[in-house]
Amino acid sequence: MDIFLQQIINGLVQGSIYALVALGYTMVYGIMGLINFAHGEVVMIGTLVTITVAGSLIKAGMPVALAGLAGLMAAVLVCMALGWALERVAYRPLRNAPRLTPLITAIGMSIVLQNLAMMIWGRNYLTFPALLPKIDFEFAGANFTAIQIIIVLVSAATMGGLLLLVYRTKLGMAMRATAQNPAVASLMGVNINRVIAAAFVIGSALGAVAGVMVGAYYEIAHYQMGFMLGLKAFTAAVLGGIGNLAGAMLGGILLGIIEALGAGYIGDLTGGFLGSHYQDIFAFVVLIVVLMFKPSGLFGEKTGDRA
Amino acid sequence: MKMGQFFRSMPGIGLAAALLIALPFVAALGGQAWVRILDFAILYVFLALGLNIVVGLAGLLDLGYIAFYAVGAYTWALLASPHFGLHWPIWAILPLGAGLACFAGVLLGSPTLKLRGDYLAIVTLGFGEIVRIFLNNLNAPINVTNGPQGITLIDPVSFGAFKFSGATQILGVSLSGPQKYYFLLVALAILVIIINVRLQNSRVGRAWQAIREDEIAAKAIGINTRNLKLLAFAMGASFGGVAGGIFSAMQGFVSPESFSLIESIMILAMVVLGGMGHIPGVILGAVLLTVLPEVLRYGVGPLQMAVFGKMLVDPESLRMLIFGLALVLVMRFKPAGLWPSPERQRELQETGK
Repeated sequence: MDIFLQQIINGLVQGSIYALVALGYTMVYGIMGLINFAHGEVVMIGTLVTITVAGSLIKAGMPVALAGLAGLMAAVLVCMALGWALERVAYRPLRNAPRLTPLITAIGMSIVLQNLAMMIWGRNYLTFPALLPKIDFEFAGANFTAIQIIIVLVSAATMGGLLLLVYRTKLGMAMRATAQNPAVASLMGVNINRVIAAAFVIGSALGAVAGVMVGAYYEIAHYQMGFMLGLKAFTAAVLGGIGNLAGAMLGGILLGIIEALGAGYIGDLTGGFLGSHYQDIFAFVVLIVVLMFKPSGLFGEKTGDRA
Repeated sequence: MKMGQFFRSMPGIGLAAALLIALPFVAALGGQAWVRILDFAILYVFLALGLNIVVGLAGLLDLGYIAFYAVGAYTWALLASPHFGLHWPIWAILPLGAGLACFAGVLLGSPTLKLRGDYLAIVTLGFGEIVRIFLNNLNAPINVTNGPQGITLIDPVSFGAFKFSGATQILGVSLSGPQKYYFLLVALAILVIIINVRLQNSRVGRAWQAIREDEIAAKAIGINTRNLKLLAFAMGASFGGVAGGIFSAMQGFVSPESFSLIESIMILAMVVLGGMGHIPGVILGAVLLTVLPEVLRYGVGPLQMAVFGKMLVDPESLRMLIFGLALVLVMRFKPAGLWPSPERQRELQETGK
């Protein structure tokens, strides 16, 4: 029983990170129908920027908490700029191109960003500075740390902020209108270019926050870390119904929990035949099974094929 | 092709044939490594044409194509290596590999082909990852794939006593192993090209193109979209299986690392970059994307030395950086690919831009 609770907690933490990254995918997809494969790389750059900024500030004698906050701010700003630049330089010229063209561009940008990061930060693993004292809590036989609590809280707050932005502000209304029908939205006076740029910038900011949390959680970072994280997050977005904000959040958390439970129990379930190194399979098996029965994801609306 | 037409294009065909025959000998002047690169270029032509059936003709976005390649490669590796002590002949393994890959294609396709474009993409991607993870971990409790270490000492392609590895004298000409594989691969590639051309203009090919353009309309005129989509998947997968078998034999070694997602993506990039659905374009894309990174590998380091007098940046990452930029730039200035089919180019111009 305590394993169960422990894995739920671990899954919830991992899931909140997935959810934040998934939001970046789903916002861009909902508005322009593009799988932005470079988003995972944006997250990775967020982590590495924080390591550099927070690490050097701590070395310069700044209090740890303040340095961490400065690192987070720097990561968010760099990633926002990066998201904006990606859209402006790589994707905007392709808005009327055939469907697969921007996909290849996204893959190209992903390769470019990974290798740029490798040139800047090198190919070795970097340690994330310890920003928080290690405090352990115990609850009904399960252990969790301060970092885990902070990750869940920060994710929840960030996602709440995003929902407010999308459903309570004028920009949010413009975003929803563009997602429904860009042509009509632009006739109603919505500046499509601004809305799409905003989706990229906001998604990247969320990605940066997620990147910092991944770094703080695993205390390690690497120029290739964005790829698998991005893939899982994208899977989460599809699981929830891509283009749907609530779907991405729930999909992310669900995926995290399924993965954690799967890793914890697969040995028992298969009589020791399959071990926990099959963890990565769960995400994809669950995805395939869900899509077989609900072809547009758990919370996705039924839509016609846009071809 | 009518007979008269065939004879009129004879000089062109003759020239192309002469070039194809001369190529491995020219490449050998730069070392056998270049012949191997040529071999891989043709292997990728083969793979890209297989994927072109799925993506280019039928319009199904498949991001897990490498899984079928892996099935073919491991079929060969397991049945023709000391790992299980089996040494089956090519006549048995290659069709079996193709058949198993085809079966995997149907297995994946039948529950998922009703999905919309991008959902299908992510499901195929997931399938590819599942296959790779299994290959990576099926070394315990029963050692099937030997895990991350992979399988070594795989038998080369051989017909009777004629082996494709090592050098042999044929009609007074000395042929190295890679050169022999080159001719085998060219023969296979020509076969695949003929199949592709014939398919494209067949009833099935036209039905695929109808599905690609408008699935609902295709259904309305009586096309069995489900079966035809499955057929496209199965055919593409079988080509992948055959290519995988040859890859395994040529390398003598397979490990799960060769079948990662990035490989699927590269093959897709070849198809799209060259010109989706257009056979010459796809061939161009495959050759370019195989040869370019290799040219960069040999070019980037010395170039830096010549310009700056020292290594400023790690040549390996610079090479991939240039490669990624090349993808972005080609898509920016040639959105339909480097060599799109004439019809597609016309369509794009008509929509204005």
